[in-house]
Amino acid sequence: MNKFAQQVWAEIVSNKKVGAYHHMVFAVGELAKHAKPGNFVAISVGGGDSSMVLRRAFAIYRTFDRGVNGGLLEIVVAPHGSGSTWLTNQSPGFKVDLIAPLGTSFGIPTQPVRALLVGGGYGSAPLFGLSEVLKNRGCRVDMILGASTAKKIYAPLDGKRTVSSMTITTEDGTTGITGKVTDVLANIIETNEIDIVYSCGPMGMLEATSAISSQLGVMHQCAVEEAMACGIGVCMTCVLPIRGEDGQIRMVRSCIDGPVVDGASVIWGSKRMIPEGTWGAK
Amino acid sequence: MFNFSTNVGGAEFSNPIFTASGCAGSGKELSQFFDISRLGAIVTKSIMIKPRSGRATPRMAETPSGMLNSIGLQGPGIDQFLAIDVAWLREQGVKIIVSIAGESVEDYAVLARKLRSVPGISALEVNISCPNVENRGQVFACHPKTARAAIEAVRRNVGGELPIIAKLTPDVTSIVEIAEEVIAAGADALALINTVLGMVIDTNTMRPKLAGKTGGLSGPAIRPIAVRAIYQIHEAMPHVKILGMGGVTSGRSALELILAGASAISVGTATFGDPTAAMKIKDELEKELIAHGFDSVREAVGYAHRDEGNL
Ligand SMILES: Cc1cc2nc3c(=O)[nH]c(=O)nc-3n(C[C@H](O)[C@H](O)[C@H](O)COP(=O)(O)O)c2cc1C
Ligand code: FES
Repeated sequence: MNKFAQQVWAEIVSNKKVGAYHHMVFAVGELAKHAKPGNFVAISVGGGDSSMVLRRAFAIYRTFDRGVNGGLLEIVVAPHGSGSTWLTNQSPGFKVDLIAPLGTSFGIPTQPVRALLVGGGYGSAPLFGLSEVLKNRGCRVDMILGASTAKKIYAPLDGKRTVSSMTITTEDGTTGITGKVTDVLANIIETNEIDIVYSCGPMGMLEATSAISSQLGVMHQCAVEEAMACGIGVCMTCVLPIRGEDGQIRMVRSCIDGPVVDGASVIWGSKRMIPEGTWGAK
Repeated sequence: MFNFSTNVGGAEFSNPIFTASGCAGSGKELSQFFDISRLGAIVTKSIMIKPRSGRATPRMAETPSGMLNSIGLQGPGIDQFLAIDVAWLREQGVKIIVSIAGESVEDYAVLARKLRSVPGISALEVNISCPNVENRGQVFACHPKTARAAIEAVRRNVGGELPIIAKLTPDVTSIVEIAEEVIAAGADALALINTVLGMVIDTNTMRPKLAGKTGGLSGPAIRPIAVRAIYQIHEAMPHVKILGMGGVTSGRSALELILAGASAISVGTATFGDPTAAMKIKDELEKELIAHGFDSVREAVGYAHRDEGNL
């Protein structure tokens, strides 16, 4: 459980279309100071008597701690379902019911290491806040962003400035290298002598990133994306199989024990099945 | 003075708003958002004898005014549950209703024996209606005989004191018939309703969306089914206390189930949309009851059944 989580009515301060996404800013008061890279928000959608009964979860892009009145929280929304579309259709001034910060955050090394941040689609959003924190710790930060097409790369200018190198891949070749992030990943890890990989994006990308990272013997932390009904740990819908320190595989809630997890602890490729040997499996 | 207290199966509660089984985690998660001792009771997630991984993911699909779930009773097993979860809840000063689920009649007997001398429990909710099992034949509440056998096993092994609330499914031809069986078998009250069996097909993959294929439907979409089930049973057995649930999201919808015959309300899916839903519903319900001229919850229970002549 994130002990800083609070439920607030947050006013939309700005809502701008950026490529295929919407960059949205909310006034959240003092909770902004507790949010860490990797944490997420859960927002009610549809208004009052909506037929959409569940919250929508979004990774926090960044926050600005400006005290009770000025605290800001930003997210990047891909309007792909009716809930996220509703949200992106709301105008500044409108207030939403928002809970934040939720979940775990990326672990920050105490040493000035060489970090590689890997983002897929809007999964790049939380990586910019992370790169700022890493930079302040004296880390060298490289970044790879990938998407199916140029419009789905989220890479704001001020975010780009926080990294030492930026590699972009698109599957249709509309910008950067034609291909997937995992086509260039191994090469960058080796050339730049990377110590730790951080990733956020679709599960398939996280899985492939995890495989390459363990092959090359570098640590890998990833922010997973599972379907969540509550976001606060009470429904057990968001689980994924994780091997604990005791060696036991358990179905773990990604909303409170994630979204950021150690990539090597995840039993990948187990969508639609319970891995053998999981605690309590039949 | 307005009297918000209620009684379910012989147990007294300070107010009629409970959490629904499987929708409140261990209680700890919600306590971050409100003081859980303000609940009438917390109903814990159905616990089985052994640890259970639950079903594979995806386990959830949002549906119009509701959701489909196939958690499959993930949990730590009764021993760890009693040692950790119940011990913690006891310290919070909240009334505890423990929900149990078994795969056989013998399981229910074992669970009842484990619980008979545990202090600080107000009642047992016996879940004989979980839809998330591999074999529909395992749903005890689907057949009068198996429903009776499971409740009898609990009654025989739990001793005389602890009230038994039997949780039923509306997915049967006659819920009244099942209700009569479980009351005859020794249940003190009924919990109505469990989720309704449903399915969602993903039109992109063109396969059932949930890994378990079917799931239990909950939320406002099933509220009319809950109201109907509660109404039918209250009509047939007006003396039997009912813990009502199914799509309660507001004071007004809680009142609807109470008017049908429920003495208390469990809040489930609404908590997923809003962690403080139970508290909002509690405050709204009190206002609704007062606005309708009731001096207590008890007066409103089953009020929709009064003769037309009294209108
Ligand atoms: C995610 C989820 C898990 C549930 N788990 C249980 C359970 O373990 N035992 C049980 O008796 N009912 C369980 N239920 C059913 C609820 O307790 C309740 O009967 C049902 O959801 C209807 O109420 P609602 O519409 O307010 O959610 C679960 C429901 C949901 C949505
Ligand atoms: S989303 Fe409900 S437990 Fe994680």
